[in-house]
Amino acid sequence: MSGIQPTVAGEGLPPDTIWDENLSWFDALPRAVSMFGLLVVFLGLWQLVTGLGLVSPIILPSPWRTAQDLVFVGQSLLSGNYMLAAFWITAQEVIFGFVLAVGIGVALGILVGETTFGERAVMPYIVAIDTMPKLAFAPLFVAWMGFGIASKVALAAFISIFPVVVGTAAGLHAADPNARMLFKSIGASRWQTLIKLKIPTGLPQFFTGVKIASISVVAGAIAGEFLGGGRGFGELIRVAASQLDTPRVFSLIIYLSLLGLMTFGTVVWIQKRFVFWHRDSNLQDSHK
Amino acid sequence: MSVVSNLKAPAGHVARPVFQLRGVSKSFARRNVQALDKVDLTLEQGQFASVIGASGCGKSTLLKIMAGLTPPSSGSVMLSGKPVLGPRRDIGMMFQQATLFPWRTTLENIVLPIEIQDGKKAALAVHDRAHALLDLVGLRGFDKVYPSELSGGMAQRAAMCRMLIAEPDVLLLDEPFSALDEISRDFMNMELQRICLERNATAFLVTHSIPEAVILSDVVYVMSPRPGRFVEAVQIDLPRPRTLDMLSDPLFGRYTKQIRGRLDKGAFI
Repeated sequence: MSGIQPTVAGEGLPPDTIWDENLSWFDALPRAVSMFGLLVVFLGLWQLVTGLGLVSPIILPSPWRTAQDLVFVGQSLLSGNYMLAAFWITAQEVIFGFVLAVGIGVALGILVGETTFGERAVMPYIVAIDTMPKLAFAPLFVAWMGFGIASKVALAAFISIFPVVVGTAAGLHAADPNARMLFKSIGASRWQTLIKLKIPTGLPQFFTGVKIASISVVAGAIAGEFLGGGRGFGELIRVAASQLDTPRVFSLIIYLSLLGLMTFGTVVWIQKRFVFWHRDSNLQDSHK
Repeated sequence: MSVVSNLKAPAGHVARPVFQLRGVSKSFARRNVQALDKVDLTLEQGQFASVIGASGCGKSTLLKIMAGLTPPSSGSVMLSGKPVLGPRRDIGMMFQQATLFPWRTTLENIVLPIEIQDGKKAALAVHDRAHALLDLVGLRGFDKVYPSELSGGMAQRAAMCRMLIAEPDVLLLDEPFSALDEISRDFMNMELQRICLERNATAFLVTHSIPEAVILSDVVYVMSPRPGRFVEAVQIDLPRPRTLDMLSDPLFGRYTKQIRGRLDKGAFI
């Protein structure tokens, strides 16, 4: 109306300039579709390789044979026969090993993270032991504790303890200098600083360590059974493999992964309740 | 040495000295650095003083010594007639970062000093006072909010409440608003002045902003580095309460010019 408005050459202009972000169809797929698609492609390739007879069924059974065995093992587990007993033994090894790893790991982590003595004298030994091939200790654990569940619990705990120690110690160091100075300026004791500042600040790192431990503890228990006998799921896998029953090996591994998912899921659940202010607790940060 | 400090007090004005530093020096043997060299300082009840200097001139070290966070290498620090031999509850502190803890609500963050010093019960007992402080800084209704939902300025206001919850006699401020944008910073400085005037609080501000030092202070100490010492005490005779309009006052300009001149000489010798 007045001179303030810029003059517009109204002819030939489009009414809106709205355009779509150029996302390729590949990235635009919904999560469920892309995941299902990937599974179909994977199973298809598997079927192709086995169906064409490129690989012997002893080396790689067909997806269909594996699925059949999966159902069979599932039924056995539900009916409560020897398979359930074996599963329960391995579950006990995992649970006890995990509890032991977290308990001792936290104690060592506090020693290393909170005291100068621990940092100077204990940490080098922990690092040294961590660099050793820990599976090689399996025969020793068997010699010390026998072929029963105890040696597997010990190996599982031994293999999974280090991320807990490191996570706890790193967590206790995570409080920034400002926060420490604030606590000092309001007259907090060492104990109060530990309880009210360092431990809450370090919980995210602590849980990262515990999540790694919750997965490696299953590997530890199974390795213990491979190397030290026993009557758990690891032994079933070993027997099935020696009988060239590859579909059985596959389905046992899949049921075993439920154990890992269970411990991992429990840790994530606890973390979400206790570290509500830290929002990136998901599967991704366990594989750092 | 006490003669010097008596000279600084305006004649006929009966002021009670709150903070007294005599010959405070600090050297770091490991790095062979003399951070502070024989600093004398007297803060009177209700006075607002600032120390200004370039980074690394020892002003933060001075503040830590005053707060009882680190001992001086020599010299004495007296607060309300008693030597400072560690953190004191009659001192309130504020830092550049708000340092609120994300697992505590704003209210729980504010009562933290009481919880540390007197326990959970005592912390519950000061909830009314905490709410009054939240009102004072304009954060009414934010008591149950977690710090992640507060803006930078709001977080610093909550930190201010935390500093005030134990009703300290002296406020020690270590560049409290320097992480904020300039608009919030001006606003927060005016809030700080209002709170200090309201409670007749004695305040000591460490800053590297000349306008901030001048607009807030009764006296600005200019500090030179290596070794850190006061090279000049500039009395600021602008009327209280100060307003942001005074930033364009010719007198204000003269003060900033004087301080800048002193800083340039001091900093590059």
